[in-house]
Amino acid sequence: MASYTDKAGRPIVVVTGMGLVTSLGQGKQDNWAKLTSGMSGIHRITRFPIDGMRTTIAGTVDYLPKSKSTAPDLSEELATLAADEAIAESGIGTKGAFPGPLFCAVPPIELEWPQRRILAQEAAPNAAVTYDDLLRAAEANGHDAWHERFLYGSIADHLADRFGTRGQPISLSTACASGNTSIQLGVEAIRRGDCEAALSIATDGSVTAEALIRFSLLSALSTNNDVPEAASRPFAKNRDGFIIAEGAGALVLESLEHALARGAKILGVVEGVGEMADSFHRTRSSPDAKPVIGCMRRALADAGVEPDAIDYINAHGTSTPENDRMEFTGMSAVFGERLTGIPISSNKSMIGHTLTAAGAIEAVISLMTIANGRIPPTINYEMPDPAIPLDVVPNVARDATVTRVMSNSFGFGGQNVCLILTDEPA
Amino acid sequence: MSNRRDVWITGIGLVSSLGEGPEAHRLALSSGTAPVVDETGFAPYVVHPLAPISFDAQIPKKGDQRQMEPWQRIGTYAAGLALDSAGIKGDKDILGTTDMVVAAGGGERDQSVDGAILTEIENQPNPEVFLNEQLQSNLRPTLFLAQLSNLLAGNISIVHGVTGSSRTFMGEESSGTDAVRIGWSRIAAGTSEIALVGGAYNAERRDMLLLFALKRLAMHAPWAPVLAEPKGVPTGSAGAFLVLESPEHATARGAKPIAKLSGVWSERARRNEPGAVEAVLEQLLTTAGADKGDQTAVFSAASGAPEPTQAEAAVLARSGLPVRSVTDRVGHGLEAQMPVALALAALSVAEGKLFAPLTGETLEKPFDGPLSRAIVTAVGHWRGEGVALVERAD
Repeated sequence: MASYTDKAGRPIVVVTGMGLVTSLGQGKQDNWAKLTSGMSGIHRITRFPIDGMRTTIAGTVDYLPKSKSTAPDLSEELATLAADEAIAESGIGTKGAFPGPLFCAVPPIELEWPQRRILAQEAAPNAAVTYDDLLRAAEANGHDAWHERFLYGSIADHLADRFGTRGQPISLSTACASGNTSIQLGVEAIRRGDCEAALSIATDGSVTAEALIRFSLLSALSTNNDVPEAASRPFAKNRDGFIIAEGAGALVLESLEHALARGAKILGVVEGVGEMADSFHRTRSSPDAKPVIGCMRRALADAGVEPDAIDYINAHGTSTPENDRMEFTGMSAVFGERLTGIPISSNKSMIGHTLTAAGAIEAVISLMTIANGRIPPTINYEMPDPAIPLDVVPNVARDATVTRVMSNSFGFGGQNVCLILTDEPA
Repeated sequence: MSNRRDVWITGIGLVSSLGEGPEAHRLALSSGTAPVVDETGFAPYVVHPLAPISFDAQIPKKGDQRQMEPWQRIGTYAAGLALDSAGIKGDKDILGTTDMVVAAGGGERDQSVDGAILTEIENQPNPEVFLNEQLQSNLRPTLFLAQLSNLLAGNISIVHGVTGSSRTFMGEESSGTDAVRIGWSRIAAGTSEIALVGGAYNAERRDMLLLFALKRLAMHAPWAPVLAEPKGVPTGSAGAFLVLESPEHATARGAKPIAKLSGVWSERARRNEPGAVEAVLEQLLTTAGADKGDQTAVFSAASGAPEPTQAEAAVLARSGLPVRSVTDRVGHGLEAQMPVALALAALSVAEGKLFAPLTGETLEKPFDGPLSRAIVTAVGHWRGEGVALVERAD
């Protein structure tokens, strides 16, 4: 009989259900088939005009009913689909009654241009439009539903209603590390004994024209517009920025004891979580990579394993010149000379950077990598960067026995969260 | 879970319309000073403007200040005050292990850029292309960073060096309750020794009033006490951070508790069900031990939104406890409101007495007895109910 607790005496936290939506498609199986055949979901943007834009490509999810709606509408739909899949697979609870809390990573939310334009037209001032005009129109014209829609808490609130999670859901953001944070909070709650199960969701359907422009103004995006599928080039010498993208990942987390007691199939274990904030700069990582190194080491320590125990790294790998170099520096310090022998790939080469959702999506793919014994490639790796020599599983998926994965996520604002995922409870 | 530890509040940083720091607030509250409100600058709305603050005192680099919108400056400033108050400012070893949980919304838009675009856009042959051109040429590149929710925490890391961990919760009022709850839970469970929790809000912005105005929830002038006359949310600029610490960690560095944070609970009433808010809040008050002891007062963080505030007022009236409306004194700081109310509750408990009732807030009764416990109620204007219990540490 396996122990229900880990080396540190804490409840072991397992994954019993997973769901996935990306620009490649809806559902795990569809995504897995495409990811392992090296397909890209990056395409020319059609959601809004791209005339004069520096970047004209993205990994938007264009095939859903809410794809042309507001960012919170699409983000909620993506999250719903991912969670539907995860909960169905897990078989936990009863329909509409999930026996635990919800931790939901959501993108930035605010009133959008279509709504502002309607308010401005309703106000119809004789002079220049000001926010006072918008306020008058807002009070007068019965747009009550917009209030709820553009609150930060509304996505998680609607999900809590649909899935019947317990208590007040937590909406969160740690920028591009948000997905990992949503898992971390669930793991912590189960380890503390606050709950036996938790639903972790991370979603991002926020690729609006203004969002694209904001990242573009920070020079974060690739401008390899000519061949969209070939634009995201993590760890390659000719990488020039990330590709903004959409998607959602959802995971049902449970204590091992709870999962076994109900006869659930165990898809994997969240063995360790590490975190360390960076105080160097708002958008750039500390050049010495100390916070990233500390974050990876804390994750290993939390899992109670040595670096030698990691046999695949699901990289943050955004395809920006700086991130990939810094991640290499960090991994070099943690793994030493062994690094070049560890397969490392970036899912972002195919699905782009799904921002808020990335950590959860990549955790799902990491566990599928373990389950299938097949590592999704880093595509568009045509020009290795001699400064960061790595085995990036270039261009073609590889069969390999993988039992323990490190999955990295780093974000603006000095956010670093790293997960250690394994196949079965020890 | 068994063997929970006590959690001490060892640092408080607070800024609001009443000033900065414990002393300014204690003075203003004990002397019964009228609330500081601006009824004309954002007419027809009432806001509580931030007292004049010299941000240099906590954010010495002008370059840092320029990178922040006001809500981030308010929060970074309040966080600095809290670290000072706890005696850990600049202590790299401790700050490197301090766990941070911040409750945040989003930052201010460039309202003049928005206004200029809206003035012209409907006259354009292709409005969307025009919009993109205008945004590309007129948005300040770094404005985005001042708008991102998690960049308040990011700025606190940069300016004050808090790097143990960093999480940002959104979701209006409940994010403030849950930020404190998660920081508290981790220390109580023994997985964290010291945490910085709190939030900040800038009320002096029309784009934020717009969100409330869509449902006619922003308070119109004249100002009114929220429990007696809940006619809308009187938003207030404020920032509050607490340093939470395990007794072991605090004792080892010679720090004394200001008060004990004995528990934080959050819930989610199904508000389309009649009576749900009252039932949930009543249950939370029972959990927090509202019926125990005669040295207990309620600090209400009520929003002023009519329906939930009426429900809260009914429950508080039935509780028979002395009540003080935090929102009447400093306005409503949305994500920051629970931390603000907790800060005032902790300071009052530390002092052992409750400040005087406010004229017109009929639920507020005089209370001259010693104060050893304070229950903070935080009922969201739209969703989320929370309660926290502060007790004397000795």
